[in-house]
Amino acid sequence: MSEDVAALVANDIHKQFGDHKVLKGISMNARKGDVISLIGSSGSGKSTFLRCMNLLEIPTSGDIEVHGETIDFKTDKRGNRRPANMRQVEQMRSRLSMVFQGFNLWSHMTVMQNIIEAPVNVLGISKAEATERAKEHLNRVGLYNRKDYYPAHMSGGQQQRAAIARALAMNPEVMLFDEPTSALDPELVGEVLKVMRGLAEEGRTMIVVTHEMSFAKDVSNHVVYLHEGIIEEQGKPKDVFENPSSNRMQQFLSPKY
Amino acid sequence: MFESTLEIFSNPDTYQTYWDGTVVTIQMVFLSLLIGGVIAIPLAILRTSKNRWINTPIWTFTYLFRGTPLLVQLYMIYYGVALVEGIQQTFWWVILKEAFYPCLIAFTLNTAAYTTEIFRGTIETTPRGEIEAAKAYGMNWGKRMQRIILPSAFRRAIPAYSNEVIFMLHASAIASTVTIADLLNAGRLIYARYYAPFDGFIFAGIIYLCLTFGILAVFKQLERRMLGHLQPR
Repeated sequence: MSEDVAALVANDIHKQFGDHKVLKGISMNARKGDVISLIGSSGSGKSTFLRCMNLLEIPTSGDIEVHGETIDFKTDKRGNRRPANMRQVEQMRSRLSMVFQGFNLWSHMTVMQNIIEAPVNVLGISKAEATERAKEHLNRVGLYNRKDYYPAHMSGGQQQRAAIARALAMNPEVMLFDEPTSALDPELVGEVLKVMRGLAEEGRTMIVVTHEMSFAKDVSNHVVYLHEGIIEEQGKPKDVFENPSSNRMQQFLSPKY
Repeated sequence: MFESTLEIFSNPDTYQTYWDGTVVTIQMVFLSLLIGGVIAIPLAILRTSKNRWINTPIWTFTYLFRGTPLLVQLYMIYYGVALVEGIQQTFWWVILKEAFYPCLIAFTLNTAAYTTEIFRGTIETTPRGEIEAAKAYGMNWGKRMQRIILPSAFRRAIPAYSNEVIFMLHASAIASTVTIADLLNAGRLIYARYYAPFDGFIFAGIIYLCLTFGILAVFKQLERRMLGHLQPR
């Protein structure tokens, strides 16, 4: 595979809920190794955009391309846009992995079971091998000693780190983070950000919806600022944060109290 | 009065009578729960379908069977089916002429209806986020059902289902009204044999009570092992 093939491309994504236009034409191109931060106030559409990328939301129009393969769509009887081939979507999803705001670990499984679940049942890796690799990922996020815990018996920060280990276990081409620290107590945010920073330094391709400006500024190599469904400003974090060209971005960055 | 009690319970035949009745009751309850439970799983899944051509018939079934007394259902099947034109000439008559089978059918359908609704409830209350995560990790509908939704739903159904099991045990006593020699019937036999209603029925009641406690103990263990993930520690 040539170097210049983008890992994940979103092309002119529109998303509409009823009459409400949430996304009004957003494009993005994530190359291998990119760490892209999506920032913006609530309701700007950043989470919706992220969810469009693995088709948890179906874009009203626009294309998604994973490693050069474009997802096919069709229009169903009611006139709604649907993926033409769910197999293709499932396969695509298994190459991206997502970390959610609310962790969304499978509550009836232990941490270890959570981590090996998709590798074994979606990728078809043997249980022994998946378990072996899971140990690595658990060490990576500092949770090896919690491997037999159920999610409900851990703190939010631990659950989110377990969720990151689950995402790593898929050996994903791109990791999607949907506000991974927004549901955490302030003192737990640091442990999750530290793990994410480590992943970025490793050269993982990451797209992160976040309210953590310091993370966007220090860790990512590209920042996208969304406002009311369009990209208001984007570029290198240094430029965007230090020399914002749009008024809205300036307002967004200025202290609110 | 106590002399008759002594007489009743020093006779080994008494215990044989109760034992036989207990075996019949357990057989019937166990079989109807087993078959009813197996039927309830696909029904519950279909009941959660958004397609009304699929979910309405199942809704109708569960509401009919939950909305009418089990005794009425039993009479319908036991007395009613026998009168269906020509049924006595068919293969089905071999099964239906015995009291045991109509009874088993009524119990099975009844518990299937209740169990379907219990499972439907817990399937529908599976946390959205967990299903979404399953989608996001590339699981198709079948995998999500098999690996995430059903295992989670079955575990959360255990407390409600334990009630259903105890309910069925107690409801099974009405089998004695259609000539089945169950545990209540054993009580009645002792009553008739010695004209001792208290002794006869109290002893039957004690056995029902023991069975109930046994069921509770089993489910308590099951909850401890299968629902640990939802309990604080």
